[in-house]
This record gives sequence, C-alpha cells and structure tokens, in this order.
Amino acid sequence: MADVFKIGGRELTSRLFLGTGKFSPNKLIPEVVRSSGAQVVTVALRRVDPGYEEENIASFVPGDCIMMPNTSGARNAGEAVRIARLARAAGYGDWVKIEVVTDNRYLLPDNLETIKATEILAAEGFVVLPYMSPDLAAAKRLVEAGAAAVMPLGAPIGSNRGLRTRELVRIMIEEIPLPVIVDAGIGRPSEASEAMEMGAAAVLVNTAVATAGDPVAMARAFGLAVRAGRMAYLAGPGATRQYASASSPLTGFLID
Amino acid sequence: MSFYLVRKKYDAFDFDGYFASVTDRDVERVLAKNRLTETDYLALLSPKAEGHLEKMAQKAHSLTVQHFGKVVLLYTPLYLANYCVNHCVYCGFRVHSGLDRKKLSLGEVDAEAKMIAATGLKHILVLTGESREKSPVKYIRECVEVLKKYFTSISIEIYPLEEQEYHELISAGVDGLTIYQEVYDENVYAEIHPAGPKRNYRYRLEAPERACRAGSRTVNVGALLGLHEWRAEAFFTGLHADYLQSVYPAVEVSISPPRIRPYPGEYQPFVTVTDKNLVQYVLAFRLFMPRSGITISTRESAELRERLVKLGATKMSAGSCTAVGGRSNSQSTGQFEIWDSRGVAEMADMLYSQGYQPVYKDWQVV
Repeated sequence: MADVFKIGGRELTSRLFLGTGKFSPNKLIPEVVRSSGAQVVTVALRRVDPGYEEENIASFVPGDCIMMPNTSGARNAGEAVRIARLARAAGYGDWVKIEVVTDNRYLLPDNLETIKATEILAAEGFVVLPYMSPDLAAAKRLVEAGAAAVMPLGAPIGSNRGLRTRELVRIMIEEIPLPVIVDAGIGRPSEASEAMEMGAAAVLVNTAVATAGDPVAMARAFGLAVRAGRMAYLAGPGATRQYASASSPLTGFLID
Repeated sequence: MSFYLVRKKYDAFDFDGYFASVTDRDVERVLAKNRLTETDYLALLSPKAEGHLEKMAQKAHSLTVQHFGKVVLLYTPLYLANYCVNHCVYCGFRVHSGLDRKKLSLGEVDAEAKMIAATGLKHILVLTGESREKSPVKYIRECVEVLKKYFTSISIEIYPLEEQEYHELISAGVDGLTIYQEVYDENVYAEIHPAGPKRNYRYRLEAPERACRAGSRTVNVGALLGLHEWRAEAFFTGLHADYLQSVYPAVEVSISPPRIRPYPGEYQPFVTVTDKNLVQYVLAFRLFMPRSGITISTRESAELRERLVKLGATKMSAGSCTAVGGRSNSQSTGQFEIWDSRGVAEMADMLYSQGYQPVYKDWQVV
C-alpha cells in the first residue's frame, strides 16, 4: 500500500518541514530547502517585508513549496488570528502554523490560547497546524477545533535537546487521529529519525539546520534521516529485549 | 512586589567584600552551569572573572547563535523634541544648557521618516526630552500616527508615563519601551538629578512595570555606564531585566549597556568604563539571561561594535542622529556625540562580512 501523507487535502512528498529563522545569510535558504527535499516551509510573518524585496525572507522560499506562515510573536489567540488573516490577505495562502507564546524564557506554547485560535481560523477555512506542548487532552480539543495536524514540541524551541517529550508524544501518536508532527527541539538527524520510527507523521526542524556548520549538508542529512525513520516505521521494527534471546529455550524439546 | 523593593534589599550589600571573596574556582563553577542565579551573575561581573573572558565569550557566542541565530536587528533613533525640564548633570538636553530648543512639526516628522524609511529600516525608536508642556503624550501620539505609515515597529524613549498613558500610546501603535534608570544607586541618582521631575527615582524605576501592565511587547532597560561603579550598575540592570521577565513573561525584555559619551557640558564621568569592562558586562549578562536581547548603540566605535556582534549583541542602531531634525538640518546640536556614524547599508555590509544577517523587520503591529 502506498505511503500517502495528506494535510489539508494536499498530498505531500516530504515528511520534513523546514523553518526559516536564524539563517545567515537568508540567501542560503533556497539551497537548504532543495537539499533537504522539504516541501512545507514555515516563515514568521513578523519577518516578512514585501516592501523590501531583496531582504524579504518570504522571497527566499522556492516557489514550488507550500509556504506556511507562522504566528511567531503572538501572545494570545487574538493576535495569532490577526497575524494569520494578515498573512492570507498578503497572498501567502491558507496554511498557518499557530504559535502562541506567553513565556519568553523557554518559549513554551500556551495550549489554551492555541486551541482558541485554531477554532476561529479553522472555521474561516485555514489549514491550521498548531504548535503545542504535548498534552493529550489539549490535542483532542485541537482535533475538535478543526486542526489539520498537531505539532507537539520535542524540547523547547532552539534547544537542540532532542526528543525529551518522547512518552507524551508517543501517546499522542497512538491516540490522535490526525498527523502528529514533532516541532521544535530536534537537534540531530538521529533524533528526527527516532521521531519518525515512533510513528510521527513528520518533523519540523529549523535551528538544528540554520545554526549547523554547513546548513546545506545538514539539511540533506535531515532529509535522509526522516526518510529512513519513516521506512523503518513502515517496516515494523522487531521487539527490543534486555538480553540476548535463544529461539526456544523452554519449549524446544517439544519439537519432533 | 515592585522592583524598587527588590533593589532595596541590596542597599546594605557589600559589593567589594563579595568581589574579594570570588575565586577562580567559583567562576569556573558558574561557567559550567546552565542556569545562573543572581549571585552567579555577580561572580561573572567580578574582577576575578576578567581572567576568564575568553571562556565566557565562547559560551556567550554559542548561546547567542543558538537562541537568535547569526542575526542582528537594525533600528534607528528619531529625536522628536529636545525641550527638557530636568537638570541631569551629564546630559546635553538638560534645562538651562543654552541649547537651541526644537520640536518637530508633524510635517517634519513625515519628512524625517521618509528619509529613514528609504534605508529599508522598519523599526524606529522615538525620543523626546522631558517636557509634558512642550511634548505632551498627545503630541507623541500624533507623531506615532505619522510614523505608522513608514515603520512596522515603533518604540519610545521618553519621560516616564502613567500606565494609562502607556496604554494610550500602545493603542496608537507603539509596541516597545526603552527607559534607562541612568543609575541604580539611589544616592548617586539624587546627586546627579538635583531638580526636576526626574528626581523621583522610584517613579522612573517602576516605569517599565507600568508599560508591561499596559501591554507593551518589549521593554529595554539599562544604566548609563560611567555615572557610578559599573559592576554594581550592571548587576542591577541584569536583576531588573530578570525581574521584569519573571513577572511579565510574555514581554520581550532586553538591556542596553550605554557608556557616557562626550556631550555639550562640563560633567566628567565618575568612573571610566573600559572596552574590557563593557565586554565583561555583555558576556556576563548573556550567560545570565541567554534569551534576552542586548542592544549596542552608535555610542560605541565601529571597531568595538563589530567585535560585539559575536559576543552577544542582538540589536544595533544604524544611521543614527541625536539632534532634533538633524537628518535634514546638519546645524542642529545633538544630545551627545555618536561614535559609529555608519549608515544602514554600511552596517548591513559589515554584518554580511561577518557572516551575519541584518534584519530590518521583526514585528508588525497586529
């Protein structure tokens, strides 16, 4: 059976989503995107500057990608909703990553405000991908609110600390009938691969690529790791054991 | 509890005694930690920590790249008026300084804004002296209405306001507040502010709290370095930022470490803050508050600003002018002499040459 990945009615060819913050210079972005194979690219509307084309971060996203504006900087549902509407009015499509942060030390998302924003924007026809703290009850409410996927964090944004929320994300993957995309905290390709092996539908990576010594090469490594992790998930990994295991130590004598 | 009361707890603190007790091992222990206490921060500001600057720099650089990327936000100041009723002994705008007073008309604000906007900048910081009669909140609000046509982010650096007044300006389109306490030592503050409304130490100190409650997105605090012992002043600035970030977590809190510059007047700095001192302060603050912004203005030389890019700076002014209407009239006298006179394009070139990305827009009012 074909491994089809659909969000908002769009069939996606890549399970790696890329963020565009922290690149230096921005003109690296097209090469990074191509190297990674990513199809969905998120851009903070706060950085989008149509009045200055040479420095407008949105103009560095290849035209064949799905641009997903994000609401970085929003402190409540109202601001997130207004940012999403501004993005759509500016011609950046219907996809939006909801990001509502009320804590500037760890940049942890505010799930309650995120649910409110999702409800409003989904009703307005947006394809809403909410960034959230991994919490099953909140994720269920996001499903009811009309989210197209849920995006729990693996660790705080920009921390590169990996899949620290492993158990909570695993439960969400088991229980939530939408794509679960691990967003934030993934620092290495092996961690992206681990998330995919667990059954995550995709991962969203930014800092790990943007701040790598060679962002283009790191983007390619993430692309490969995500594909490898997905293949492993589909292949069905064998069970893990603490000790080596002989084939039939107790019942072997029954064989004629 | 207001920051005034937090600050008061240190009234009897023996800074010299503490600094004398700090050992190299203490500094190394702090450098191995991920989350610093306020005492750890003070250890990094100690004379003993001067022997560990390279290690501090490596860690500060790495934390800054992790949290901000190799990215520096550019902005410029716009002086709206220089009328002032205060007597700050260190300031070129003080009352009775003999300075020609000027206030931009809304037409002149428009003209200056147009010139600045042509450079690509989208973030502007507007300044006035303290004169509620000549530069009332209503005037500043009218200027903001003009500036909104050109800029996506407008911050104010004006006299301290009531919470309702901050709310009024925020509703008009202001999203950030910069206010320097100048000096956190209350006795020195009284000496160098002999008269005028600015004599009220506590009212100024609590202004950022009022702005946060009024909904400001950003607040930027600082001490004017040179007015008092810099290590204690750097410590209180960090404590102030930490307090604001804890009590108002949704607000983006940042600091500036401005050093006093030559200005039209007689006052000589109480202490000399060397480049090495300034670097130690920037590094210690970055390790104390890894996610907070650090603004470096054109008070510093081009050479030092280039170095500070890799040591923790996240926001820099460019194409600055400290005179009212100075962009269109070169005869105007500024508040102080700027040191780095490079324009926006030159600053951008400098950043690119260091492998950094200049950012012109990082917010828009929603």
